[in-house]
Order: sequence, then C-alpha cells, then structure tokens
Amino acid sequence: MQPAVHKSPMGESLLLNRPVLEVADLAVSFDNASNPGGPRIQAVAGVTMTLFPKQTLAVVGESGCGKSVTAMSAMQLIPRPPGRMDRGSILLDGNDLLSMSEKQMLSVRGSKIAMIFQEPMTSLNPVYSIGNQILEAILLHQKLTPQQAVERAIGALEEVGIYNRLKERYQNDLVALTKNKHHLLAEYPHRFSGGMRQRVMIAMALACQPRVLLADEPTTALDVTIQAQILDLLRQLQRDRGMGIMLITHNLGVVAENADVVCVMYAGRVVEYAPVFELFDRPMHPYTRGLFSSIPGLRNEMHRLTTVEDVTNNPAEFRKLPGSEKGVIPWWPHMPVEARPKLAHERDAYCLHQIEPNRWVGCWRTPELEAHASPKPSLDFRRHDESSIMPLGSR
Amino acid sequence: MNPTEPVRNPFPPQSLARRVAGVTEHTASPIRVRPSVGRGIATWLLAALLVSIGVLAPWSFGRVDLPGGTQTPRWAAQNLQLSLLPPSWLSDEQVQQRVQSAVQTGQYVPGRWLGTDRIGRDVFARLVAGSAISLTLGLCAAAAATMIGVVWGTVAAWFGGRVDAILMRSVDVMYALPSILLATLLSVAVDGIADRSLQDVSPALRQLINLLTMLVAVAGVGWLTMSRVVRGQVLSLRERPFVEAARAMGAGNRRIFWFHLLPNLAGPVAAYAALAVPAAILSESFLSFLGIGIREPLPSLGNLAADGLPELNLVKGRWWLLAPPCVVIALALLSLNFAADRLRDRLDPASPG
Repeated sequence: MQPAVHKSPMGESLLLNRPVLEVADLAVSFDNASNPGGPRIQAVAGVTMTLFPKQTLAVVGESGCGKSVTAMSAMQLIPRPPGRMDRGSILLDGNDLLSMSEKQMLSVRGSKIAMIFQEPMTSLNPVYSIGNQILEAILLHQKLTPQQAVERAIGALEEVGIYNRLKERYQNDLVALTKNKHHLLAEYPHRFSGGMRQRVMIAMALACQPRVLLADEPTTALDVTIQAQILDLLRQLQRDRGMGIMLITHNLGVVAENADVVCVMYAGRVVEYAPVFELFDRPMHPYTRGLFSSIPGLRNEMHRLTTVEDVTNNPAEFRKLPGSEKGVIPWWPHMPVEARPKLAHERDAYCLHQIEPNRWVGCWRTPELEAHASPKPSLDFRRHDESSIMPLGSR
Repeated sequence: MNPTEPVRNPFPPQSLARRVAGVTEHTASPIRVRPSVGRGIATWLLAALLVSIGVLAPWSFGRVDLPGGTQTPRWAAQNLQLSLLPPSWLSDEQVQQRVQSAVQTGQYVPGRWLGTDRIGRDVFARLVAGSAISLTLGLCAAAAATMIGVVWGTVAAWFGGRVDAILMRSVDVMYALPSILLATLLSVAVDGIADRSLQDVSPALRQLINLLTMLVAVAGVGWLTMSRVVRGQVLSLRERPFVEAARAMGAGNRRIFWFHLLPNLAGPVAAYAALAVPAAILSESFLSFLGIGIREPLPSLGNLAADGLPELNLVKGRWWLLAPPCVVIALALLSLNFAADRLRDRLDPASPG
C-alpha cells in the first residue's frame, strides 16, 4: 500500500499514516498539599493514545479524569513540583517531548504543538492589542521583517474569519478594507466578543503552522451557535493544513459531530478507545454505556434519567465483553474486590486490551491478558477519508 | 406682565421624561461615559500648584534664610516691631504705622502678603519654599518606595517558597514597628553620628543630611505597603489564563515576566505610587509637625503648621500662620489623589476615560 500524503499550503508534504503524536503509558502525579507525607495524587496513570495528521481525537471524561493533565503534559506546562512525570513518553513526530530540555521545549511550543484554552475571555492579555499578541506569536518562532509579520498577522486573522463582516461592508472599497483591517489589529481584547476572542486565540495558536493542536474545551464558554462556528472553523483549518487535533470536551454532541476517534477516560486511565461511529453504535465499557444512557432524550421524559452509577453498579454489565468467561472484565475502580477477577499483580491492575481490531477497552490485568500483550491503541481513521486524503499515486 | 400671554411650562413633559431617562438629544453614543466630575479640574489644579510652586521657589528661597545664602533678612527683621504682622490686605492703622516707622528708620521690611511670623519673616515666602521642599521630598520618597516595593514584591511572588517567606515576613516585622518610632530613632541616630564623626559640619551640609534622613524615614515606611500590593498582583497575574496561553505559545519565563506581567502591573503600581506621593507628604508633614522632621530654619508644610498652631488662641487669632500650610496640604492631597485616580483609568485599556 502506498503511503497517503497531504500537501499543506506551505508546500511541505506530510505522511498521513505516520502518527504525529503518540502518548505511551503516561503517568503524572502531584504532591498532596493537604497531606505532604502521604501518597501522591495520581492524575494520570498510564494513558496511551495516538493521533494522526488530519485526525480529530476526542478525549472525553468527567472533570478530574486527567484529560487536561494529558494535554498539559504534552505541552510540558505542568509545574514541577508539585507535578511529576512518573513514567511514559510523548512522541511528537518521533521526538520525545518529555526528555526535552526547557530550552528545546520553547522552540517546540507554539511552533510544532499549540494549544487553545477554554476561557477566551481571559486568555488574551488585556494590555496588548490583538495585533501585538498575534505578532508576538509569529515573531517568537519566525524571523520576519515587521512588514512581513504584519501581513502574516492579517493573514492569520483572515483565516479565522475575523474580517468577514468587514469584507461584506467594504466590498468594492479596497483602500477602506485594508485600512480597517489595520484598525482591527490595533483593537484591544475587551472590545471583542467571546467568539471573536476565541477566533483570535485560534489565529495565534495556528500562526506558526503547528503539527498538533490541543484544544482544551475550546467551546465550553461559548454559546451554541458560536460553538458550531468555531468547530467548523477548526475542521476547515485542519483540512487545509493537515494537522492533528486533540479535542478535549465534555460534550458528547461535539464528539459525535467532530471526532474521528474517541478516547474515553476515567480516573486517569483510558477505559475505551474506538472510532467514533463504532463507539456510539456499540459502547463496550459499562462506563461509556452509562455516559450514553444518561443523555436525556426527548421521548422518555416520564422516566427517571439513567445515571452512570445505574449502569456501573449492575454486575451483569461487566460480563458483556467477548471473552468475559475467560476473565476479560472491564476495569472499574469501584468494583467490589470479591467481584474482580484474579489479577496478575496486585499493584498493576489495569491494562488496555484490544477486544476487536478497532476497539480497545480498559480491562483488569489477568494472567491471560498479560500473556498476549495488546498493541498500542492506534487508529488511522478519519470520517472523511475519501474526500480529504489522496494516495500518492493518484497525483 | 401681560396677563394674556400664555404661561409656558418650563419643563415640557417630553423633555422631563427624557431627563428622567437620562437621555439628551445629542447623546452621540452610549459608550461615551464622562469621567467623574472633578478629576479633570483636579488635574489642572495639581498642575497649577506644581507650576506656581516651581516658579516661585527660587524667589522664595532667597527670602528664607539658608546658611550660606546671600541674604539673612530674618536677622534684619528680628524686630518686635515687625513680628506677627497680619497680611497686608488686613492691616489697620496701627500696623500701617509700625511698618511706616520701620521703613523710615531704614530697617528691612519683609513682604507681608500673608503676614509675618513670630520673628518677622515673610510667611508667604516660607510657605512657597516649604511647599517646594515638602512636595519634592514627597515625590522622591514615593519614587524610592515604589522602586523598592516593586522589586521586593515581584521577587517574593515570582520565586515563591522560601524566598517569599523570608521577604514577606521581614516586611511583616517592619510593619509591626510604629513608623514614628522608626523615624525618631533614625533622626536621633543620624544626628548623633553626624555630631560625633563630622566635627565642624557646615550648616548647609547639616540640613542636607536632615533632608536625606527624612527621605529615608518616609520612604522606609512607604515601600512596605507597596511590596504587599505588588506581591498580591503578581501572584494573581501569574495564574491568569493569558500567562498560560503565552507559555503555550512558546514564551519563556523572562519574556512572560517582562512582556506579560510587568505591563499588567503598571496600572495598579502607577495608581498606588501616585497615592503614595500624598501619603509621603502627609507623613513628612506629620513628622515635622511633631518636631522630628525637617528642622528650622528650613521650612516645610509640617513645621510651618506647627509654628502656627500656638499662635491661634482665644486672645488673638493669628490665623495667617496656620491656615496657609493647611490649605496647601489639603489641595495637594486632593489633587494628587484625583490625579492617581485618573492615571489608573488611563492605564487601563478597558476604561472609557
């Protein structure tokens, strides 16, 4: 099979079936401030995931399950101490980010891997104009003349659609349009709405053509219409540039609309890893089933809502995996000890097991599962595969 | 008045409604908000005060007896005939005669626009010179306090941990000492050292030492609050999302400190520094009033007021000695406070002013 290749607008071509970001067995813990001598707080305990170019990997899970810590570890933005990388690696294009020095990270952050945050209202520095902030993002990584940098900044804002209204207004007046574009660069963030600020944040994050974008709940603070616009924008930019997006969210609707691959996390571990359609059709882990069954529907308003606990407290739910009679039982930290299968080690009770070719589920690590280790979760799958990827030979 | 002429309602109903709603015909845009009344005036007042003091100061210093100065009119006027004269625009027959006789005998007669003090010196000249000294001292002390406080507070907040604990506990300790006690100890100690080690100190040098001691005493108390304010600001700023966003963009520690923290610090620091100027003036005046500050013959707003207080009694109210320094202190404090307000608004890009 010939490798699929994406031609980016900058002219470089990138191999699509080589992962751009690989997180392997990452474990991050924090000092316990209220009990300094006690056990450390394990925020992430062995997370493995793979992101391909042009792919959107949605990371879902409840608050505190380690989604953001995983993303922040990839940026090396976890303050150490109190944080500590216990084990694992994060490979960006094959280079381990965790072993890089702070100086090397400075040149990687923002240029190879970028991040957008949940709070567009406070993520921009209030004392600088947005033009200044985009220029900073550009000039931190590229050597350009001021003239070129301003042009690049205008281009970046153009890409995120800030100027759409201006273009409507000054359709025939190119001079006025250019003038107003420059005026907009000099505006301060407080004059912008939440959606516009998030667009500016995206422009800043993408100003240096990063390979990977970590979007940490980028639409949580926005209303539904703006949410849809921002996600559309991200998808379009992803298509143009072929970058991988790690989309962290609570919103299963956003996942269903945007994700290619979904990684469900619980208590610092991956409990399910699957292509989006298969996951929604046939959730395998009881926790995932609980999540889906707790979405309120329009029809069944007379009944009490099913909660996650309703599902995970039912022992029958844990015996539905293929091979459950041989001890393939979904990992669940709240399972009573007598109900758990016989473990290979008392300490290391969890492993991510490949149930089907495309499906990974977090299971108890029984001696049988340990005997044949599962491959790392890695799904080179995109929902719009045919339209966006051209095999090299077809060009 | 012609009874047939219809009586016009001075408040037509429409305009009344508009007035109640706060709408005027010419409201250009709802965004334009007037800065609060008086700040503009106060800023001009401050400017006028500073300019007039600056212009008059050289003249006034010629009339205040400074050691090594060209004139010593104080001694010329040391004459009970000319002491405690009321302002020239209030003088009655008797006063006129006293002045006339002094002029005829060829004695030095000081200007009397605000009267003369107990030993016959011109109050106005001393007021201007005293204002210049007090304001300069206040500005310098506030500047010094701001510099020390900003460095101390940012270092404490930026490095945190043990550095923070040591720096801020030392501030707490100094805070707990009464500032008057500190100032008294300082001036007494400096005096003693100057007496012992510098024999035959010229009076001019002595006064310079006096001024510098006051500067150290006032600034040495002022920076404590500043360092606390700055530390709190830096602690809150460094946790703001925009700092994290800048880090995610690849900005290093140094860049974040100089380009993201300090500009955000400028607003509160400038406002607080501007407030520290009147505070420094006030504490200098207070110390001088108590007699531990700037000493005679150098005038300052504080010791002028201290001079004037005993002259205000039931028998004879010589108000022209006490009122002028008090009015100048009040005006300076008011206008500096307003100017600080305005400065803070101007440095905040989100404010309409």
